Amino acid sequence: MNLFFHLGRYFILIKRVFSKPEKLSVYFKQIIHEIDNIGISSLPIIAIISFFMGGVITIQSAFGFTSPLVPLYAVGFTARESMLLEFSPTIVCLILAGKIGSNIASEIGSMRITEQIDALEIMGINSAGYLILPKIAAGVFIMPFLIAISMFLGILGGYVMGIATGACSSYEYIYGIQAFFEPWKLYYSFTKVLTFAFLITSISSYFGYYTHGGALEVGKSSTAAVVYSSILILIFNFLLTQLFLT
Amino acid sequence: MIEIKNISKSFGATKVIDDVSYVFEQGKTNLIIGESGSGKTTIMKLMVGLHSVDSGEVLYDGLNFPTLGVKEKQEVRKKIGMLFQGGALFDSQTLEENVRFPLDMFTTMSKEEKLERVNFCLEKVQLTNKNNLYPGELSGGMKKRAALARAIANSPQYLFCDEPNSGLDPKTSIVIDNLIQSLTKEFNITTIVITHDMNSVVEIGEKILYIYKGKHWWTGNSKEILKTTNPELVDFVFASGFMKEVFNVVKK
Repeated sequence: MNLFFHLGRYFILIKRVFSKPEKLSVYFKQIIHEIDNIGISSLPIIAIISFFMGGVITIQSAFGFTSPLVPLYAVGFTARESMLLEFSPTIVCLILAGKIGSNIASEIGSMRITEQIDALEIMGINSAGYLILPKIAAGVFIMPFLIAISMFLGILGGYVMGIATGACSSYEYIYGIQAFFEPWKLYYSFTKVLTFAFLITSISSYFGYYTHGGALEVGKSSTAAVVYSSILILIFNFLLTQLFLT
Repeated sequence: MIEIKNISKSFGATKVIDDVSYVFEQGKTNLIIGESGSGKTTIMKLMVGLHSVDSGEVLYDGLNFPTLGVKEKQEVRKKIGMLFQGGALFDSQTLEENVRFPLDMFTTMSKEEKLERVNFCLEKVQLTNKNNLYPGELSGGMKKRAALARAIANSPQYLFCDEPNSGLDPKTSIVIDNLIQSLTKEFNITTIVITHDMNSVVEIGEKILYIYKGKHWWTGNSKEILKTTNPELVDFVFASGFMKEVFNVVKK
């Protein structure tokens, strides 16, 4: 019953979020602000993690491919496939669920407990639309760019560390990252990213919006936002993979 | 004018507001007073629609607010200004942005006109040239005044103030009280102030509604309240030693 209560309340909130904005120009400014808040500020952590994970995947692949039957360009191929199909779209989104999710839930939760949301409502503003729509729009817009950067830096990290550690040669790695490339896999990856971006921003906003109590409850909402966003990312990752790859 | 007619509200099995009726007059400072937990804030939240009434009517110049549709409610709410107990200023915005916010959302004013209006409101609450400060940089009294400036920015017809003096020193409290009263008179607003500050009651209480255990218990004005014989109200009004002294003076 609790699950159905939350599901029902979530969809009612989403309906309010997508109702007609009071003033588009104000919402547009908010979206720009959120793009900076959600997207640009996440860039350094994404860049560092992606670069090093790309490197580690390359070294581990080279370490594992000991059979002479496996060509060394498979290292580059493995790094590319791992980054494009799973690491960047899913693992990076899980990391973003932690960073962005807690940020959104605590921001909206704090506004709730300090009556800022009540103030918006009393002014005649659809508080759900004003607070949440720009976050969802910004997340869905900016996260594909973040993930594209993550993919690029991951593959670059694999190249740099592969060469530096002698795991593979430059030629083999570059040949590997081009081998058997199927562009539709990018469509699969970015469909996942758009879905996860929506899930992270909307679920975190939901938990923040329905915070009751004080600072302790804001913390709980923040934790719940990260936990449920992560679980739903994993479930939808499975569903989308099943849908696209079978 | 706002009229509440026989409003009731329960939370679970607890009846918080029980059949309260009252008329809040335009151009007057209407006070709702009562002990903590008596239901003052709940009445205000029922009036502005933050809680729904179980029964009864809330009439804004004849319009029954609880029965209105979403759009109609929004139209009424655009005429409401509210001063929250904690100010409820938007933390991420400067004072100017906070006061300008209702103008950005609901008016077609030019940038210059908005700035002029913001400066006018800030001047009214004695916060001239503080436009670029953030709420975190303001004192308690300044926050209340800034929130009052935001509440009056869009020229409201109805002004609600939830415990405007809580946490303020007596001198700053008087400043806030005087501001509320002067704004009410100047703009002919229907003002509703929720308070349990007896100084405010004596200073600005033109019409007073005393709520006791969620019930309409007594009505009158600031002069009548000092002469009341209602036992619950006497207990409330003359609870402090200072007010007992006042009571003795009044009796003489």
